[in-house]
Amino acid sequence: MNSILSQDKAPIMEALNKYKKMRVVPFDVPGHKRGRGNAELTAFLGENCMTVDVNSMKPLDNLIHPVSVIREAENLAAEAFGAKHAFFMVNGTTSAVQAMVMTACKAGEKIIMPRNVHRSAINALILSGAIPVYVNPGVNKELGIPLGMAVEEVKQAIIEHPDAKAILINNPTYYGICSNMEAITDLAHQHGMLVLVDEAHGTHFYFNDNLPASAMSVGADMAAVSMHKSGGSLTQSSLLLINNDVSEGYVRQIINLTQTTSGSYLLMSSLDISRKNLALNGQDIFNKVIGMAQYTREEINKIGGYYAFSEELKNGDTIFDFDTTKLSVHTLDIGLPGIEVYDILRDEYDIQIEFGDIGNILAYISVGDRHLDLERLVAALAEIKRRYSTDKSGLFDHEYIKPQVVLTPQEAFYASKEKLAMDRSAGRVSSEFVMAYPPGIPILAPGERITEEILNYIQYCKDKGSFMTGTEDLKIENINVVKEFE
Amino acid sequence: MELWFTENHSPNARFSMKVIEHLYTGKSEFQKIDVLQTAEFGKILTLDGLIMVTEKDEFIYHEMITHVAMATNPDIKKVLVIGAGDGGTVRELTKYNSIEHIDMVEIDKLVVDVCKEYIPQTASKLDDPRVHLYFEDGLKFVRSKEDEYDLIIVDSTDPFGPGEGLFTKEFYGNCYKALNEEGILVNQHESPFYEEDALGMQRAHQRIIGFFPICKVFQLHIPTYPSGHWLFGFASKKFDPLTDLDAARWNNLGLQTHYYNTDIHVGSFALPNYVKEQLEDVE
Repeated sequence: MNSILSQDKAPIMEALNKYKKMRVVPFDVPGHKRGRGNAELTAFLGENCMTVDVNSMKPLDNLIHPVSVIREAENLAAEAFGAKHAFFMVNGTTSAVQAMVMTACKAGEKIIMPRNVHRSAINALILSGAIPVYVNPGVNKELGIPLGMAVEEVKQAIIEHPDAKAILINNPTYYGICSNMEAITDLAHQHGMLVLVDEAHGTHFYFNDNLPASAMSVGADMAAVSMHKSGGSLTQSSLLLINNDVSEGYVRQIINLTQTTSGSYLLMSSLDISRKNLALNGQDIFNKVIGMAQYTREEINKIGGYYAFSEELKNGDTIFDFDTTKLSVHTLDIGLPGIEVYDILRDEYDIQIEFGDIGNILAYISVGDRHLDLERLVAALAEIKRRYSTDKSGLFDHEYIKPQVVLTPQEAFYASKEKLAMDRSAGRVSSEFVMAYPPGIPILAPGERITEEILNYIQYCKDKGSFMTGTEDLKIENINVVKEFE
Repeated sequence: MELWFTENHSPNARFSMKVIEHLYTGKSEFQKIDVLQTAEFGKILTLDGLIMVTEKDEFIYHEMITHVAMATNPDIKKVLVIGAGDGGTVRELTKYNSIEHIDMVEIDKLVVDVCKEYIPQTASKLDDPRVHLYFEDGLKFVRSKEDEYDLIIVDSTDPFGPGEGLFTKEFYGNCYKALNEEGILVNQHESPFYEEDALGMQRAHQRIIGFFPICKVFQLHIPTYPSGHWLFGFASKKFDPLTDLDAARWNNLGLQTHYYNTDIHVGSFALPNYVKEQLEDVE
């Protein structure tokens, strides 16, 4: 960062504070009028919170067309993240991912992406009509988790689809695994493709020297950054970063297609204040988080049976780098699927972790953690092993099934369809998603062929207690498939 | 000029005592530590503004947290004490020549240092050669122990703040594992009286009963603790504190105590109905 001095400003917060002092009489929305009109909500959320839940107006700028304090806050964020411009997003990182895809691709244009993307990326394909070219992620057989994309596989996809407009990369995956983003970015740029990066789990990469490279630092074109995860802002607030030749004006038009015109000042001020904190203190904050995660990892590995994995997995390609703030633990060797450990931790020990899937759990470590809570997590895992560990045979051990893509997500989603019982759907083309949430990586996406293997996997996830979602049928017993014509 | 120390016993009830002198104030990594000379209770130790020990009534707490288990199984030789930075529990244990080894694990070294300097009445026996001091997290210490102790005493602060981990299911489970097959766990069990304390008391009971075949609660009165009505837990793999008590054997030891005797031992397990109901609610 060149001019660190300016980073101690928080223009939106400062404007809100000034506005409060003016004691302006509100004859505008929101109708709760600084909380006075909704006593119970004010008692619950607090008066401070309600007094800054205000509408766009001249002294506070307007998110859909920022010219003053929001613009200044966005400029500061751009500087802090090393981007050409930063957009404040109030519809979640989902909307940032969608804006990236819709900026890069029009209907019928191709985008190269790993299949283990978040549902928001495939949703963007339904909205835009872009066509996915999937790169199979590497898979670690022992851990059963999808990895990053191999550079050679990306090269192959580029050669086969030279007309693709963009490449989407996860940096990192939910488990903390990074592809060789710099090599993939250079490769994409050589072929005139944009590089879009889903950094929902990578905000902290921008503020600490000991972490993997960030999208902007390797010259990627756009990045969707979940400030509300490791960055400390309020849930649903996020940033969209752009770089290089991407047009700020065009991206804003795309964002405004779907984003609210009543941007929440609670969310925007939380982005502003969090950016300030990260810019000023990020190095220290994330050194502390790395230290806590590392300590906990070592203690968990001492228990035996569990494998809290880290940088030792790096292989120069599909695990090019690893985010050491992530505490991912492989549980199958104590004979328990991750989802069961996840449930036992919550039900028996009052410990809520981020997610459990078939073979692993992920505990999210942040600056808000206390040492004594880390001890509780380790002690509870030791107890779960002592009380519940069993023979591991019969446990499913893989997380990634190669998809057979028949139709584009948009074609399949809007096609004539019929509802079938899940167990009678093998061989048909799915019109909708099926996934466990979290992590929200689709097991089936619209346009993909349903196979026995996939159905077995879905049934297994259900049996183990995963929270399944995606289908129109909330019970996930029926699935919409594309109608077949004689 | 009059100085008074006040502690909130509930959001709506307070307890005050007249202060003669503020002898020590300091802040450790974990909590604020103060020692006051009071007119009524002698020297008192507070952590984050809550009374832990007073010279006048500490004997009640420390005698009851040790002698009930020791009289139930006089063959106890190896003891783990968790918390107990003031040293009073260890002082009572060192009265038994039969005890060979005491590990004491206190997370906050400063508490021990301050008590050694200002409250020797409780801290005087921490230098006994059988006592081994560890300054670390109790939850972490006990995690690596298996089949090792005859008795574990959890002499902790309240279940909010640094003592939080010592009221959890994972901690009690780890204690079960650290005890041998004749092992006894005695724990500070909060109070049944004010609402917040009572919730902590119920949660502690609920989390222990899953592990030990014998789980009982006994009561004592501590004038300076909220409501004065306090409970300790007695969880055990083999010994029942009532049917296995050998009163004659304990009385033959000839130990000097001011509160505990073998009649109180039996009587302390008789609980008021409102306490019984709270315990039954979570059983």
